[in-house]
Amino acid sequence: MLHVLLATTPVPKDIPLDLPLPQWLLVTILVISFLAHIVFVNLMLGGSLLTLWAEIKGLKDKDYDKFAYETAKTITVNKSLAVVLGVAPLLSINTLYSVYFYSANALTGLMWISVIPLVTIAFLLTYLHKYSWHKLADNKPLHIAIIGAAVLIFLFIPLIFLVNINLMLFPEKWGTISGFLSALVLPNVFPRYLHFICASLGVTGLFIFWYTGRKNYPFESYYTHLTRYAIKKKAYSLTLAASGAQFLIGPVVLFTLPSKGLGWNLIAVIGAGAVIAIPAMIWIWKAINGPEERIDQHFGKVVLALSITVLFMGSGRQIYRANALAPHQQLMAAKTEEFRRLSAEARAHPQEESIALEIDTSLGDVAKGAALFKMNCSACHQKDAKLVGPPILEMVEIYRGKADQLKEWIRKPGKKRPDYPQMPAFGDRLSEDDLHELAKYILSVK
Amino acid sequence: MDFPLFHLDWLNDRFLIAMIAIIHVIINHGLAVGFIPLVTWMEQKGVKNSPAMEITDLSWDQLAWKMMKVGFIITTTLGAMTGVGIWFSVALVSPASIGSLIRVFYWAWFAEWMVFVTEVVLIMIYFLTWENANKSLASKLRHIRFGWFLSIFSWITMAIIVSILGFMMDPGNWNTHHSLLNGFTNPIYIPQLLFRTPTAMVVGGVFGLMLITLFTERGALLRKNAIRSASVWILCWAPLSLAGAVYYYGVMPAVMTANMSTAVGTMDFSQYYDLLRYVIGGAMLLVVLLSVTGLVKSSLVRFPFALFCCLTVFGFLGIFERVREFIRKPYVIGGYMYSNLLKEEDYPLYKRDGILKYATYTSTPTVTAENKIAAGRNVFMLSCSRCHTTQGVNSIVYVFERMYGFGKPLDENSMAGYIPNMHNARTYMPPFPGNRDELHALVAYIKYVQQTGEVLEGAQTEGVIVNSMNDVNSARLLLEKQQQEKAARLVENDTTSVN
Repeated sequence: MLHVLLATTPVPKDIPLDLPLPQWLLVTILVISFLAHIVFVNLMLGGSLLTLWAEIKGLKDKDYDKFAYETAKTITVNKSLAVVLGVAPLLSINTLYSVYFYSANALTGLMWISVIPLVTIAFLLTYLHKYSWHKLADNKPLHIAIIGAAVLIFLFIPLIFLVNINLMLFPEKWGTISGFLSALVLPNVFPRYLHFICASLGVTGLFIFWYTGRKNYPFESYYTHLTRYAIKKKAYSLTLAASGAQFLIGPVVLFTLPSKGLGWNLIAVIGAGAVIAIPAMIWIWKAINGPEERIDQHFGKVVLALSITVLFMGSGRQIYRANALAPHQQLMAAKTEEFRRLSAEARAHPQEESIALEIDTSLGDVAKGAALFKMNCSACHQKDAKLVGPPILEMVEIYRGKADQLKEWIRKPGKKRPDYPQMPAFGDRLSEDDLHELAKYILSVK
Repeated sequence: MDFPLFHLDWLNDRFLIAMIAIIHVIINHGLAVGFIPLVTWMEQKGVKNSPAMEITDLSWDQLAWKMMKVGFIITTTLGAMTGVGIWFSVALVSPASIGSLIRVFYWAWFAEWMVFVTEVVLIMIYFLTWENANKSLASKLRHIRFGWFLSIFSWITMAIIVSILGFMMDPGNWNTHHSLLNGFTNPIYIPQLLFRTPTAMVVGGVFGLMLITLFTERGALLRKNAIRSASVWILCWAPLSLAGAVYYYGVMPAVMTANMSTAVGTMDFSQYYDLLRYVIGGAMLLVVLLSVTGLVKSSLVRFPFALFCCLTVFGFLGIFERVREFIRKPYVIGGYMYSNLLKEEDYPLYKRDGILKYATYTSTPTVTAENKIAAGRNVFMLSCSRCHTTQGVNSIVYVFERMYGFGKPLDENSMAGYIPNMHNARTYMPPFPGNRDELHALVAYIKYVQQTGEVLEGAQTEGVIVNSMNDVNSARLLLEKQQQEKAARLVENDTTSVN
């Protein structure tokens, strides 16, 4: 597998600390917590798309406006859960794939950090939309524009995440990326994106089916002519269409993935996931086309089967990641080990910094002191003006005839001037002889 | 060393983190920890003072609900996202340090996360069921209980995070025993918590009072009573907050001194510290003035005045947060990793061979006469850019001109003489990590930047150039060598065991 990595592929060193947990456990936490997060992201995106559609349809049919309002109320709850449930997978991927994830983050840095203000704005828009429903009832275009803007942001954000999660898999591309856009056009970002959008619609369909069908939901007091059955049928149809589309998009995603992460383990898991979805789709088909009173019949089984499918797809995603990164991780481990060895060796034999003094013999008696001054003091002191510390001529005034006190000060300086920075101590860097020569030079300056 | 480096050359990378973190702290303290108990207390008062045959005083309850609505919307949008934003920004600016911390504190953060999930679920229950709960006394009382639960969980979230932050300020911990327990037992934890808790209550009270002036009509009895309640709330907590601040203020220099490699405070810190005393005093005075006015003559408390006080206490919180930044320097992880993200233990190697050789991304693996400026740029990026810019906030040209005179051409020799010693004079600076060639390249680059005004672009716009010494080919050779060595060792062991 090693041959697929191009020569310009960087091999960084890993963070030299052990993982906090066995790797398999961290991976399990990552996959499961990610799926919990993404389901609510799906509901947030799918819910807002549905709200937008229903509110526009509601311009002509008040019942759809009602449906849009009911759906809008769920977005703000689902979005809060989406964010808070996103923290666990974020922590886990940070821990498991620190180098890969952070490298991708930095390379798309401006767009990556823009997630924060963009999502904040989108969230505020969903609240504005929800709480201005009655106030803006007479100004529907404006009101629809609010949720429209939120939908646009919600549609864009997943692209930023996908670009990162995709780029982290390909260290061979890191040297060729300059900014978000160049990472966006890597193959298979858009197929994965479509896959995600369809998943959002499918999950939202199931959610609406359940939400509308709840026994204690006072449906009949909200709607005039729409029935529970009508909405449930539409919701089921949405799930069916979206899941059916996945059978086309899924293979495209698989074929556009660079071959380095493909393997029979991946094909088997993804294939199994797809197979389990088939009975679910048949049950939905039967429910839609069957008698009204039996539409609920297989709902539990449908949810179970599709949940298993999602679990398989989520695992497949992780298997691809593991396959794709394994060769590079092996090289990185070698590099890390070698660096630790070199570092320990250098620590055991620290190099003494011995730099030859540049002695100007024309200065005669104070030549050595002048050279020492140049090397150790001249960065902060000059002859007749304040630099960082006071000028030499001031020192001469203070210490004339008191060379011992001057030496003592250089060895271990106190602090006399509140507006000057603290001078460092030179006691451990200059020998008694050096100090003597230095003081002699300083006091000779006129 | 190992990450493409994100860099904002005008804003300064640290400023990005600080901006997001301060907004988050203000919302956490002012709109969650300190504000939710105030709202719950008001809701409870509404039930207590309800007219006969009613569950609660409806207009009063409506006011509390409106206040909560503001808190709910802001905490679940800007509050939640800035919390995530701290992660995002730290990962961008300081990947090596956050990557190390999370390997040790995974469980601490995981526990924090579970408390946080509970908090989010509770805040949704509390706010979204408010109107329904007004149908019966039993459900109203249950609702108020949820308010108190939520208050407790908000406080626990803060108490855990203060421990994680406290750990990072305690030197030596990392190298001896990495455990979260040290976060709770370190000398600064209790003072911090004792300061933050009542201060959050005061800030929450001031924010609530500001909302009351916004949501009620002038001269109304409702307004008068609500302002009085909020004023009582603030006045109860203000002395505790002041005492906490004095305690924290007193403990700080001792911890500070222990953190410093040499036992002196820096000039910047002492100036800041003096300023802090006036800020604490000023903010307290203002808050007491506001609440005493609210008690004695509530008609004088109007929206602009309340807003001014609210913004002032928010600013006060922001300024206090800087303490942490000061204390940590020159390390980002005490005793382990310097703020330039280089580990202390690797310094001898860098001093011997230079840092460029071991950098994953550099266009110049070694310094030559031809590539001096480019090499200097790379050295700057690797060892200075986490805190310094070339043209923006805390720019390298500015810090040297401040020493050597503004507008004067910088002298390479002076800078080359100063840099290897700077950590002795400026104890908040990490030592310069590179070798002599890299030092000379760096000062040549700094002078070049002063002359040309060149701007340093980060990896997010420029991309990265892979160091030819650290690409896949060299790693492969290394791996083969290591595998051969291991095989040889195995053979050797076999033969010795046979013999």
